[in-house]
Amino acid sequence: MARMKFLCDAERCIECNGCVTACKQEHDIPWGVNRRRVVTINDGVPGERSISVACMHCSDAPCMAVCPVDCFYKTQEGIVLHDKDLCIGCGYCFYACPFGAPQFPQAGAFGVRGKMDKCTFCAGGPEKDMSDAEFKKYGRNRLAEGKLPACAEMCSTKALLGGDGDVLAEIYRTRVVTRGKGGEVWGWATAYGRPDTSGTGAPVPAPGGAPGGATPAPGGKS
Amino acid sequence: MMGTRAGLMLAGAAALALAGCGERPQVLEYKQGSYQGKPDTPPYSNAPFNGDKTEWDRAMATRAQNQNEYKRTR
Repeated sequence: MARMKFLCDAERCIECNGCVTACKQEHDIPWGVNRRRVVTINDGVPGERSISVACMHCSDAPCMAVCPVDCFYKTQEGIVLHDKDLCIGCGYCFYACPFGAPQFPQAGAFGVRGKMDKCTFCAGGPEKDMSDAEFKKYGRNRLAEGKLPACAEMCSTKALLGGDGDVLAEIYRTRVVTRGKGGEVWGWATAYGRPDTSGTGAPVPAPGGAPGGATPAPGGKS
Repeated sequence: MMGTRAGLMLAGAAALALAGCGERPQVLEYKQGSYQGKPDTPPYSNAPFNGDKTEWDRAMATRAQNQNEYKRTR
């Protein structure tokens, strides 16, 4: 079963904000709500890095744990969605989320803070697929159309990848092995090393690299 | 008199020492909530896939590989 995930390659992200624009345009997101945003570390300093951040559709999502009205659910594909008809706009999910993904419109029935809005992985919500009600509440349902999230599909440098986590890991592994840089980071083999299918217990070598695809840094955990 | 006072002090000390034994855990046990909202349908349940999950999976895999330029440019 597919586990839908996002992956952002900081070596490739050029901070163009194309993903942010694509998301806003695709779902007709109002002012003040940013389902996706680009975060730059060491902005203006040589070697700065940018990554595109939105809901990461956590496997054990803290927003689901803290919601007092239990309006969150997880689809078969591992996408974390919520029912806006049930949301009371309390903001607990915002405090719980390590990525700042939940967004709150600054006007509406609840005064200064409306019902929570967040990235849906372009999977809509609990309304009839591709209906007007679904679009108005949750945005376009691209997954029902057989498409991947707009932000990832339109990324010009393909820094932002979206789709089945295993497929994304394979694409990223190939990329890192080809460019010969990036595999030295801590935890590389744990995150992107191929699973052992031989039954011998030994890590499976990846093309052009050490077990798992690259050599870990000295003293680093592989 | 001294014995009574010592006994009282001993009883008081024992009561203080044993006070912790009756302490109950004050941490709430977290219980996973269950979704209370409306049910949702799988993304392949409507047209154009009409419930064909295999076809939907294939479409997803094709779209995902469009992000792999090493494959696209070969």
